[in-house]
Amino acid sequence: MSPILFWVFSALMLAFGVSVILNRDPVASALSLVASFLCLSALFVGLDAFFIGVIQVLVYAGAVMVLFLFIIMLLDLRAEKRRRFNKLALVGGSVVTALFVGGLLQVLSVFPAGAQTFPALGVSKIDDVKQVGITIFTRFNLPFQTVGVLVLVASVGVIVLSRRQLK
Amino acid sequence: MNQLTLNHYLLASGLLFSLGFAGVMLRRNIITIFMCLELMLNAANLSLVAFSRFHVGADGLPNYNAQVLVFFIITVAAAEVALGLAIIVALYRARQTTHVEDIQSLKF
Repeated sequence: MSPILFWVFSALMLAFGVSVILNRDPVASALSLVASFLCLSALFVGLDAFFIGVIQVLVYAGAVMVLFLFIIMLLDLRAEKRRRFNKLALVGGSVVTALFVGGLLQVLSVFPAGAQTFPALGVSKIDDVKQVGITIFTRFNLPFQTVGVLVLVASVGVIVLSRRQLK
Repeated sequence: MNQLTLNHYLLASGLLFSLGFAGVMLRRNIITIFMCLELMLNAANLSLVAFSRFHVGADGLPNYNAQVLVFFIITVAAAEVALGLAIIVALYRARQTTHVEDIQSLKF
């Protein structure tokens, strides 16, 4: 991946991530999250993971975020915008986050495998949809079917939860 | 800075994760907290895909086990979002609020 593209897309991804946290309006937060996910899928494509990049756009930036926006509009959250940040939570959250970032920098500075550059691929054209499909349907066939059952259970659960209670 | 290394991707992923973490700690709106959880899941996905690309096997291809794990994470996250939003709607119907400080029936 071209380093310029990496810097541009990761900076945009982090900037939109900050905007998710700082926006008071939930609709603006959700739209920033969509933009952050689109930049993340550009990073996936730069890492030669084309299939993952495509389902990131389709599932996350498409389906999941439309569901979020739909619920935000449904609940009519305008009153929430007036709330202030809690001082204690602000200080505590900043301290814990700063400790986490410090730990991360320390781990990355002593991680020997982290200094390696992009290894060359042994093939001229990458067919990652085929390879991911082969891996799912041979090596991870049972987990794949289990995930199917999980999605079925989740959709039944959503119907049970959102049904109007009968008196 | 003209050579990208694995550390660049891990740093971007870790910073994205800490942004999501900060959001969970700082924000009090339950929908925003849920969006920050999604941010943390995606940060983990980025480091998995980076490890996959930087671990080229004997056949000259990236390691696809990590990409299959990312596929499963995205599937489970979609199911989790559907269920979580259904719970939030049920909560709003019962209490007329999405603010976590207004929901303290279980507080000791």
